[in-house]
Amino acid sequence: MWVDYLIYVFLGIGLTFNGLGAVGLLRFPDVYTRLHAATKTTTFGSIFTSLGVITFGIAQLYLTGNVPEDLPLITHTIIAVACLILTNPVSAHAVARAAHRSGVRPVKAVVDKLAEVRKK
Amino acid sequence: MTFAFAFLAYLLLTAGSGTSLIYWSIPEFVAGVFFSLAVAAVTRNFLCRSRNFRMLNPVRWFYFIIYGFGPFFIAMAKANLDVAYRVITGRIRPGIVKIDPGLKTDFGLTFLANSITLTPGTLSVDVDEDHNYLYVHWIRVKEGEEKKEFADTKLVCGSFPEWARRVAD
Repeated sequence: MWVDYLIYVFLGIGLTFNGLGAVGLLRFPDVYTRLHAATKTTTFGSIFTSLGVITFGIAQLYLTGNVPEDLPLITHTIIAVACLILTNPVSAHAVARAAHRSGVRPVKAVVDKLAEVRKK
Repeated sequence: MTFAFAFLAYLLLTAGSGTSLIYWSIPEFVAGVFFSLAVAAVTRNFLCRSRNFRMLNPVRWFYFIIYGFGPFFIAMAKANLDVAYRVITGRIRPGIVKIDPGLKTDFGLTFLANSITLTPGTLSVDVDEDHNYLYVHWIRVKEGEEKKEFADTKLVCGSFPEWARRVAD
């Protein structure tokens, strides 16, 4: 059925971005650039894998009409995505701020306005 | 306030438990009321204390939904492809720049900072609470931007500040 292929496409996009996030974690030089790869691309990938689950739930709900099993699947996945989107930037920001406070400087940086402010 | 939100969250989590009240069963409903009251009583002194109810305006919620599915998602997809390209080629030019978004409230600034951080390629590192400036780690600083005092907000985060003003300020 065509919904299956849609789910495969979502899962493929999501896993591609998650994999790229892992590769970026290994390739980038310092903590800030690694945070870019490790937190943001994986969020995007996880949104797409969750979208696959939601699509599956909606298709099941439409085909079988089994509300007690399929409706919680959809709502819980949506809530999981919402929590992911809310907490992910906060944790990334916390790690970056802690790193900068403890004196980790960005490698190969062309400009660092924050360090200039701190010196004053 | 807290009671309403807790009850709503409980109803969302238990949707599909029965059929007596549309999708909910009566025992779940009663338990939801009970637990929401308990949570509201415990967190009374910590949550939802602001007397400013501007976030209950449905127009802001409408803008928020439009923003989440429209410009924000497109910007996020574009930036993801950009970072994917940089992961493969390793062509980066990182730096921490300062931007002046021109927002007044704490919530608006939080909203903008979260949007910036969620978009790959930019990461908000710190905030200047006196002037509401944001310090953003940018993975690809454009030529010439590092010499200015404030980087061009349009280049860093596109139209996010205007949306943050509409939704949260």
